[in-house]
Amino acid sequence: MRISIKIILSSILMLFTLPGFAQPDFDNIEIRTLQVRDNIYMLVGAGGNITVQLGDDGILIVDTQYAEMSEKILAALHELSDGALRYIINTHVHGDHVGGNVNLARAGATVSGGNMSRDVSGQTAAIIAHESVLLRLTTAPAENRIESDGWPSSAYYEGKKDLYFNGEGIRIMHQPRAHTDGDSIIFFRKSDVISTGDVYRTDAYPFIDMANGGTIQGFLDAAQSIIDQIIPEYGQDGGTLVIPGHGRLSDVGDVLNWREMLTVIRDRVKDMKDRGMSLEAVLEDRPSRDYDVRYGNPERFLTALYQTL
Amino acid sequence: MCKPNYTSLRLLVMFLLSICFVMSSSAQTNLGGIWLADYTEDRGDRIPGPALGDYGGLPINEFDRLRAQSWNASLLGLPEYQCRVHPSDYAQSFNNISIIEERDPRTLELIAIHLEHFVWQTHRVIWMDGREHPPEYAAHTSMGFSTGEWLGSTLKVTTTHLKEGWLRRNGVARSDQAKVTEYFNRHDDYLVWTVIVDDPIYLEEPFIRNRNYTYSRDTQIVTYPCESVREIVHEPGYIPHYLPGQNPDLFEFADTYDIPYEATMGGAATMYPEYRKFARDLPLPSAMQNQE
Repeated sequence: MRISIKIILSSILMLFTLPGFAQPDFDNIEIRTLQVRDNIYMLVGAGGNITVQLGDDGILIVDTQYAEMSEKILAALHELSDGALRYIINTHVHGDHVGGNVNLARAGATVSGGNMSRDVSGQTAAIIAHESVLLRLTTAPAENRIESDGWPSSAYYEGKKDLYFNGEGIRIMHQPRAHTDGDSIIFFRKSDVISTGDVYRTDAYPFIDMANGGTIQGFLDAAQSIIDQIIPEYGQDGGTLVIPGHGRLSDVGDVLNWREMLTVIRDRVKDMKDRGMSLEAVLEDRPSRDYDVRYGNPERFLTALYQTL
Repeated sequence: MCKPNYTSLRLLVMFLLSICFVMSSSAQTNLGGIWLADYTEDRGDRIPGPALGDYGGLPINEFDRLRAQSWNASLLGLPEYQCRVHPSDYAQSFNNISIIEERDPRTLELIAIHLEHFVWQTHRVIWMDGREHPPEYAAHTSMGFSTGEWLGSTLKVTTTHLKEGWLRRNGVARSDQAKVTEYFNRHDDYLVWTVIVDDPIYLEEPFIRNRNYTYSRDTQIVTYPCESVREIVHEPGYIPHYLPGQNPDLFEFADTYDIPYEATMGGAATMYPEYRKFARDLPLPSAMQNQE
């Protein structure tokens, strides 16, 4: 599918002006750290959750929140480890997940050229993301474009990319056309932890970013993809742990509930659309009302769902 | 003048102190042991299970009612749902339990009370060492995070961090925002468990349930392995549920017992005895069928 530059530009512009991306009061937000497994942590602050994996090889993080949070994030990382920040993985292009790329990448140094590389060449931490993230970051309007140090230095374009770091295999898996068209979930195989980005969250309805290629079916496929990787300890508890893009630490039971909610609402809206109901009529009928009390205002979600069916 | 007998006084003080000590100890009742569920109350609901479309006596709101009406029991046939355990606020409702105290080996202080359910062999920990509940962004589980305190001889337990669960196993949801308060009262060989569910998402009023248990001297808990299998092949992503207004089983319970349909749909009012008076004026299914 061809994506015109005009659409990309307008979508990036829209991205930074959406109500959901209203900038928080950064001065009053602290980074809180939750240990997930032996060497895996979740950092909660402003924007998307950050996953931290650390060990003898250094530090790897998934997503970087906003630029304004970078100092606090670096302080939190320093509390956990004296190692160098080697890798940043971006789950997708949104500002609350890539905003700190430049600051954090510059504070780190990738594994390249020995211990002289940073001083000699100005090497930064490597940034890994799907190529769609690179495309959208590099073609953003000038006023919103982040500096090139914050662009992915290693973009993958196939279904997955593998990395071995701190003694464990890390699989980065593309989730096509879900939250955006460049989503990745990251599976830490030894630690048995999946970092999902915004294809899964616990605090709100999904944001189907149609301008950036998101669809409801992609969300459902991504939920299935996460579930397929998970092995619970017993019943629907424990085993593989899931760090969501926003919200609380989860496991398979939570992701199943999420998939169930998405499916039920998708089917209701599809039925209404098949019966010829307009979007306005669907919104008026509130087909998600039994979940709205838990996930909040559904209008943006239902609108995108209706339009991407 | 009579000289005071200090030896007698000392003995008296020691006696009184020892009484106080014993009383203080007994205030923290030992709940340890195997407790067998007494099924004389709500047996039909607890053992064979509730009827489809029976939400009577549950203080659910309209949103939970829609969740329940959309629920399809075939969901439980999917492999990923087959071994799903009952949440801690429900599990005790229909099975025996084992309670074990965990004490510091040196100080003998009570660190935690472990509670195991015979069904599904789920294990929950009630922390007694004064620790705080984790932050909201920590994981939620089927058992939740529980802390306990003694109110005299009653154990009061507060549980947060529960995953979404159910109040009745016919689709009536309990949200992951619920806070659960429990009371354990031992009366010799009998134990009374009271559970109060506060759910700001799906309940109009707190939901309160009691269960009774009898102490057993000769029962052992057994393992409860569960292995899921694919019993029916479906398309990937298949989730059975009913669209609004299309659940064919909703009237079955009301029709079978000729109870007003509205009375089976729950709500806070249906919990109270005076609802009977109100329900008398509601149309019965038999009368409605005769009209047709």
